[in-house]
Amino acid sequence: MGGVSDFLLELRSEEIPARMQAKAREDLARLFAAELAKAGLTAAATVTYATPRRLALILRDLPDATQAVSEEVKGPRASAPPQALEGFLRKTGLTREQLTERDGVLYAITEKPGRATADVLAEAIPAVIRAFPWPKSMRWGDASLSTESLRWVRPLQGIIALFGEQVVPVTIAGVESGAATLGHRFHHPGAITIGSAADYVEKLRACHVIVDQDERAALIRDRATALAAEAGLVLVEDEGLVAENAGLTEWPVPLLGRFDADFLSVPPEVIQLTARVNQKYFVCRDGTGKLANAFVCTANIDAHDGGAKIVEGNRKVLAARLSDARFFYDTDLKVPLEEQAKKLDRIVFHEKLGTVADKVERVAKLARWLVEEGVVKPSPLRGEGLGEGQVSHRDRPLCETPTPHPDPLPGGEREQLAAQAERAARLAKADLVTGMVGEFPELQGLMGGYYAAAQGEDEAVTNAIRDHYKPVGQGDEVPTDPVTVAVSLADKLDTLVAFFVIDHAPTGSKDPYALRRAALSVSRLLLANGLRLELASAVVEAWGLVRDTITTRLHEEKFAEFSKASSGLPSEPRGRLMTHIFSSLQHRRSSSSDEEFATFGPRLRALLDFFADRLKVQQREAGVRHDLIDAVFALGGEDDLVRLLARVRALQSFVGTDDGANLLAGYKRAANILKKENFPVAPAQAGAHVSVDQAASPEEADMGSRLRGNDGGLSYTPEKDEAALIAALDAAEPAAAQAIEREDFEGAMAALASLRAPIDAFFDSVTVNDSDPEKRSTRLILLARVRAAVHKVADFSRIEG
Amino acid sequence: MTDISAPRPLSFQAMILRLHQYWSERGCAILQPYDMEMGAGTFHPATTLRALGPDTWNAAYVQPCRRPTDGRYGENPNRLQHYYQYQVILKPSPPDLQELYLGSLAAIGVDTGLHDIRFVEDDWESPTLGAWGLGWEVWCDGMEVTQFTYFQQMGGFDMKPVAGELTYGLERLAMYIQNVDNVYDLAFNDAGVSYGDVFLENERQMSTWNFEVADTDALFDLFKKSAAECERSLVAKLPIPAYEQAIKASHTFNLLQARGVISVAERQAYIGRVRDLAKAACAAYMEKNGWAA
Repeated sequence: MGGVSDFLLELRSEEIPARMQAKAREDLARLFAAELAKAGLTAAATVTYATPRRLALILRDLPDATQAVSEEVKGPRASAPPQALEGFLRKTGLTREQLTERDGVLYAITEKPGRATADVLAEAIPAVIRAFPWPKSMRWGDASLSTESLRWVRPLQGIIALFGEQVVPVTIAGVESGAATLGHRFHHPGAITIGSAADYVEKLRACHVIVDQDERAALIRDRATALAAEAGLVLVEDEGLVAENAGLTEWPVPLLGRFDADFLSVPPEVIQLTARVNQKYFVCRDGTGKLANAFVCTANIDAHDGGAKIVEGNRKVLAARLSDARFFYDTDLKVPLEEQAKKLDRIVFHEKLGTVADKVERVAKLARWLVEEGVVKPSPLRGEGLGEGQVSHRDRPLCETPTPHPDPLPGGEREQLAAQAERAARLAKADLVTGMVGEFPELQGLMGGYYAAAQGEDEAVTNAIRDHYKPVGQGDEVPTDPVTVAVSLADKLDTLVAFFVIDHAPTGSKDPYALRRAALSVSRLLLANGLRLELASAVVEAWGLVRDTITTRLHEEKFAEFSKASSGLPSEPRGRLMTHIFSSLQHRRSSSSDEEFATFGPRLRALLDFFADRLKVQQREAGVRHDLIDAVFALGGEDDLVRLLARVRALQSFVGTDDGANLLAGYKRAANILKKENFPVAPAQAGAHVSVDQAASPEEADMGSRLRGNDGGLSYTPEKDEAALIAALDAAEPAAAQAIEREDFEGAMAALASLRAPIDAFFDSVTVNDSDPEKRSTRLILLARVRAAVHKVADFSRIEG
Repeated sequence: MTDISAPRPLSFQAMILRLHQYWSERGCAILQPYDMEMGAGTFHPATTLRALGPDTWNAAYVQPCRRPTDGRYGENPNRLQHYYQYQVILKPSPPDLQELYLGSLAAIGVDTGLHDIRFVEDDWESPTLGAWGLGWEVWCDGMEVTQFTYFQQMGGFDMKPVAGELTYGLERLAMYIQNVDNVYDLAFNDAGVSYGDVFLENERQMSTWNFEVADTDALFDLFKKSAAECERSLVAKLPIPAYEQAIKASHTFNLLQARGVISVAERQAYIGRVRDLAKAACAAYMEKNGWAA
């Protein structure tokens, strides 16, 4: 007693899928730690290993026995009524004599002696195995006559359970634990006896099994790199492939082979994908960075012939795959994309939203609209985007041009861009029906780009076809080429609007159409390119197009109904039937439109809120203070994301300054007083740019008329600091308003900053709560003016600190 | 036994004979192909129906498979609309199934000291049979040569007990063993007959018929009639004829697919229809034998 030993567990099975091995190691460690913790045991260190045929765990320095523990349960007072005592005795299963009394209170004390750790392990092993959370598990063999039989990832064949050098005896699903295992399937199929955790790794190594997955991965990485270098090439690194091959081998032997250089006429992405996905091969580049006609496969044996036959076999498999790919590529090249695009009317996009051809039509029109409205301008797009939500302190004015739709472009240039965007959109989805994308869906876009280039489309159109799905993930680059941007934006806006129109907005964790990603992509496209788009207008435009599809489909259904109903009728009743059907269609169309209008408003609102939410999430993730984001979003009504973020950015710089911090303090004091007085808050509308003279409430109107100018309407002479604040507000309000109008939010902040000193002075020397009701109400209105002026920029009440 | 290290590799038919002998020696009933068109050896009632229930069942057979959409008019060296699978079904799955399988590879001349044999995750699912299982595709030097599956469900029923299924792709395996790049160049026997001699013209004509000629109205009609006949047989408590009609409907559906007359939307409905028929036949088979789900 009192010593420590290592525990070794090996669960040997038929081949465990490579992708499940890492998680299985974690689960094994976690489940064991939990089982041992229940007995009060902790290992000094835990090591886990996985190979295709074994999952192993070593717990180091586990005490040989658990600590004896004394458990104490507090009971009733000794003087308590008999019922209470009886209840406690029932609960604990003890008699009155077995209880201990201390300070007038009864306690049940149970002594739990220490247990041999081997016994704890003998219970823990089956518990862990039975609870093991494999992503997919199965039954097998004779025992599977019952559906209650053990489930494991693949048939479980052997268990090593050694505590020190002693076997921990367990039997699970007919498998008895012991000290024996098997070596490599082909190099050393016989049994090996393991002495203890200490010799496990090395004994297996002697039998051609490298137990440590990291060691196998390193070996594959290093050897594959070296093989490429020996051939004068550079390995294309791929950690996913390294891990997968490490999960497929116990004795990895990378081998380099060559394929017929003629296959290099197939796009390199196709070769790489074929090699990687289907065959788990690495590929190589030559000195100039071009894909070379070489591959590296990872065998699981040291073959007698040095691997020559293995390389030859793999070469043939790859050749068969590449000749398939080349066949698709060559066949696809023979069909112009326009022709392919016609087949899109056979693919349903969504049953309520028509075919992919319908979607293409909508995207083409919307892409054109984005150019014609001046949202997307001819290249180069100014690289002055907000950089993915990074709020920089080194700011420039947001926009040199104050009007939303300036038109400095010659009409011809704009028309050319519009035509390119429309063309690219019409061809962008055509590759979906090509043989290559049918075989490798992940090549969508990319193949379209190749086919477009081959048929002589201009570069901008080609690039747009290739890149219009971007940005896809968080780290994906954001397109900047204007044609690409127009098509990508239009595609995503159409998807968002279409699914919102048919009420398929994401709910909870369910987002089957990836609308969250689409919304985020729209934000990233707009922000990275500094595109000025009032989202509401784009949404309305897209909605019009989606509605056309829906009504066209109604028409088509009616046509089908008509031809079915009238087939075989003579022409006169046929004509009458037609009239009847179309009048009913007209009726149905107008009534459904009304219904659509009634539901569309809220869905448009929901979509704009959805954009705002996604942007908030994105900005928070980018590290922008959430209270500043909230302060700007609280203004509501802003649907130009670039302008919205410019406000956040200006606000972030401003609150970091002394002026900002002090203004915030003054604002909070004013707001608190107003709140205490239940003084109504004038609604601020950021998007609407309410100017100082456009009062939004009667109080504001009153305030405006009474406080405009020094003497206007006041029945008393204001105190010095009161007059100073009025004067400061008179100057700051229009200055701030004009700055906002110019979208110069720094300027607006600077104008507000001029209020800081007068506010401080006002609070120092003027009593708001004056006994004269006239003075009191005038001063409250003055504070309300301060609050309203600040709210033109952001809702400062949301700002912390 | 002939010397497997002989310079001449096994012909296509010799490989089949060798597999028959190997599995016969291990207690399998060696069956003949089912005399109906089907897309995979699994559809043979010796697998689908016999996998159900508690009885021990070990069988091996060759099954011709028809996959109309895979036809390439005899022009693709690897793809055929008619090819052979070697199917082994062992119920309950024996504890040494992997070793038995590797033994069969050795029997047909695969040297595991020279070739890289790998068990790569590939879970099997047949939506038309309401069946699924876990297992691997077995790779030989990177080429998939066998599908190795532990059935977990068939016809929607949990397997009690689980059956092990091995499906060898015979042409691929033969191309590998004979070191041939084009399926039509395979030696069918050792007397000069090639695979192309036997099947090339068949592939050309059948591809044309499958893709261009087959009467789609007649096929739609046949689908309906097979489905109806399946249901009549179920009412008559005859699960085996019912299952045959389900197979017929399944193949008819495959032909309609090849003719390109089934839209994406309809496709799921047809698959669902075949699945319902196959599952109903399996349920009737269970019931007829008095087995509880």
